[in-house]
Amino acid sequence: MFGYEFYVDPSRCIGCQSCVKACEECETHRGHSMINFDFVDRRETIATAAYVCWHCDNPTCAQVCPADAIKKGPDGVVQSSLKPRCIACSNCVLACPFGIPKMYPEYEQMMKCDMCYDRTSVGKRPMCATVCPSQALAYVTPQQIAQRREKPVNVFQFGNQRVTTKVFMMAPAERDAVSIDIVDYIWEKEDALVPAT
Amino acid sequence: MAKPPLSPDELARRYGPHLNETPAGGWQQESRHPAERLVKTHCCFCGQQCGLQLKVRENRVTGFEPWEEFPFNKGMLCPKGVKRYLQNEHPDRLLDPLMRTEQGFRAAAWDEALDFTARRLREIQEKYGKDAVAVYGGASLTTEKTYLLGKFARVALGTRHIDYNGRLCMVSAGTAYKLAFNVDRSLIPWSEIPKAQVLFAIGANIGDCAPITTDYVWRCRDNGGRLIVADPRMTPISRNADLFLPLRPGTDLALLMGLLHVVIRDGLENREFIQSHTTGFEEVAESVRPYDPRRAAEETGVAPESIEKAARWIARAERCVMLHARGLEHQSKGVENVLALINLALATGHVGKEGSGCTMITGQGNGQGGREHGQKCDQLPGQRSLTDPAAREHVARVWGIAPEELPGPGLTAQEIMNAIHAGEIKALLSICFNPVVSLPDSNFTRAALERIEFLGIIDFFLSETAHYADVVLAGSLQEEEEGVTASVEGRVIHIRKAVDPPGNARQDSWIVGELARRLGKAQYFPFQSTREIFDELREASRGGIADYYGITYEKIDRQLGVFWPCPSPEHPGTPRLIENGRSFFPDGKCRFNVTQWRPSGDPVDEQFPVYLTTGRVVSQYLSGTQTRRIGGLVAIYPEPRVEIHPRLAEAHGIRDGDWVTVTTRRGEITLQALVVRTIRPDTVFIPYHWPDGRSANRLTHRTLDPRSKIPEYKVSACRIRKAERPPEWAVQKGPPQPRAQAPGAPAPRGGTG
Repeated sequence: MFGYEFYVDPSRCIGCQSCVKACEECETHRGHSMINFDFVDRRETIATAAYVCWHCDNPTCAQVCPADAIKKGPDGVVQSSLKPRCIACSNCVLACPFGIPKMYPEYEQMMKCDMCYDRTSVGKRPMCATVCPSQALAYVTPQQIAQRREKPVNVFQFGNQRVTTKVFMMAPAERDAVSIDIVDYIWEKEDALVPAT
Repeated sequence: MAKPPLSPDELARRYGPHLNETPAGGWQQESRHPAERLVKTHCCFCGQQCGLQLKVRENRVTGFEPWEEFPFNKGMLCPKGVKRYLQNEHPDRLLDPLMRTEQGFRAAAWDEALDFTARRLREIQEKYGKDAVAVYGGASLTTEKTYLLGKFARVALGTRHIDYNGRLCMVSAGTAYKLAFNVDRSLIPWSEIPKAQVLFAIGANIGDCAPITTDYVWRCRDNGGRLIVADPRMTPISRNADLFLPLRPGTDLALLMGLLHVVIRDGLENREFIQSHTTGFEEVAESVRPYDPRRAAEETGVAPESIEKAARWIARAERCVMLHARGLEHQSKGVENVLALINLALATGHVGKEGSGCTMITGQGNGQGGREHGQKCDQLPGQRSLTDPAAREHVARVWGIAPEELPGPGLTAQEIMNAIHAGEIKALLSICFNPVVSLPDSNFTRAALERIEFLGIIDFFLSETAHYADVVLAGSLQEEEEGVTASVEGRVIHIRKAVDPPGNARQDSWIVGELARRLGKAQYFPFQSTREIFDELREASRGGIADYYGITYEKIDRQLGVFWPCPSPEHPGTPRLIENGRSFFPDGKCRFNVTQWRPSGDPVDEQFPVYLTTGRVVSQYLSGTQTRRIGGLVAIYPEPRVEIHPRLAEAHGIRDGDWVTVTTRRGEITLQALVVRTIRPDTVFIPYHWPDGRSANRLTHRTLDPRSKIPEYKVSACRIRKAERPPEWAVQKGPPQPRAQAPGAPAPRGGTG
């Protein structure tokens, strides 16, 4: 759908798993859910997170695929592996920094979220973002998302790997990128902190 | 009449709950067939009544599609809404009437089952009097069915005793709203929630029990609104609360009186609103004088500073919405609790204007509509009082009987069960109610049902209560009969029929009509369609508080719902009540009501030092009769667990996953521990959707609120200990398995003739 983007906001997630259950109902892969869902640490918190494929601009899964089976369309959506090409080697499963692709041994194929190509191509929103009751998963316009407290970010720093994505993460308003490496939050340079040997 | 005819295991083997995991024919098979049509209707679970579309093919419901145009939920659904279609094509479905035999239940023809039911009811009434028969209804029924049931009890049976499972849900709120506003409905539509500057949610686990409402709450925060949450547990909405008040179970009243104390002490009350629109403020102000923050803190365990802060935020906000649900209401002072919240709303002037209002979150599917038109023991259609002579005359005229023929108010749901236990009520006809799971003190409920002389059940699955039945009349699911419900907002919506009942199952209204005919009252039940029932209901409610006269199915479709009251065909409906502070009392004033603190009916002491509170999980609905049969939902939360704080767990040597025995003055059950830092260390929590050894209601007590007669599910006293071994049920059964066709089980769809 033109002008619409996908936004993920774990701070809104209530852990109901409606996305997981609805994804499973999509006609193209009925019975298999492509949503990644986690209880962050149930002992300490009720925080939960549901997310879809981030659809990287330069997808790691495609880079590491020895069979050239993973394609990104002109719309920026990274597709499931092409069945005739996929050799079920799981390189993509291991390499994805977000842990998104899943291998289905019964089909000898990697399948993942394709942002409901069958729905978005006919003017519908992706299934998960349509049903999500807390709109932790949202498929809306940038104007609509600008009304939220958090700010959309699509730059992720994994150590030295900088990944930019089609899907946005809602982050605190002062953030421009999501980093998971503590070094990125430290004032000194990494090298200066490692004692010489 | 006696114990169930078969062992629980054998009943479960024959009648489930079995898990339906996929549409008939499996995932792959169904994906190859496009739906023949999409039916715009609503979810059958919970008071949110989300709009959705059911996929229908060959008289089966085969899937769902979001309905994005429906304004309340705009396509959003919780997992129950996503998976609700799997109840339709279900292997446990009752396809014939069942009669009890020595060996279990046998399929019967309709004439035999209906004749038998009518004969037994008549015999018992002739022997013991009209009031020896009671009727149980339910708030998941369409409004037409509830109307019909009320008329059936009072006209066909002539008994005083009809009540419904909403007695376990909305009656504390309803009683309080009537005392304060003379109307029992949420004061605002949900579109007002995002406009508030402060949201105060008390005893409302919105994330699990009203999932769609979270989007409204988050939008309020996006607009800069502050969220205050009061709950003994950190529920999914408390995680983002700007102020979290982790109160001790059963102390909401002290918190609310403390808040009003601070408002008045600091002169923050809205004098102008109080003077123009209310009565009784001075007495209430006097009553909260002792509840300074210190005293409120001692009762509630909430810091005095937090109480001060919350009171200031609420009073200084221009617009404030107060949301409450069963946490506040499931107490032996549930009515006082809600009145105290209303007092706070009235004192701060947060009533009857944009972005403001106190609002009950109705729990059951038709929790709102199901309590308006006559299945409540003291009410006639239109939210009219059964003791009001004018109301009696109006309804008697619509029904074509003399006002004197209308019985007076009867007993409430729990009181009916008490009377069965005492041998005063001898027979029960029950629809849409599973008291074995949902009433408190379930050992007592089972003992009562063992004593009953006749139990007739109308249901689509064989519930745990139906195990005790003499006859089970195979009824219809929500999607098998047209009708209306009223949602949490008071929006009357259209439930469309998607498919016919399978096999020899019949529409509920047909069954009730046939029973009336056999009781010799056919002339009062001439209905050929639900539409005709609705038209009579419109007349019966005309001029009442819940006035439906101006509502038609077509108008609902055109407007995507009509908010009652809607007194005439030209009237657009009434989304916001108490506009400009004008109540439904003749003088138009809202009433302050003095509240008085009293302890719980099951106090903690040295023997039972821990609070037990019960509630819901997002993937199950009420007694689980439907949702425990749906694989995708059971997978989310397969068995009840007891939530324990690590500190309390450590004191008893309990680790996460250990089996823990929870004991109260009524009984004990053994469940696995879920050790979490999200619950008060003096409290444990168990969700209530399961029967028998997994039933939280084996532990709860039968203390009722004296006015609303709601049981005190939210506060019991218990003790816990680590169990030496898993309980019997866990060893024997394990979690329910997908069904293999069991011998002697009901035949697949198509019926047995």
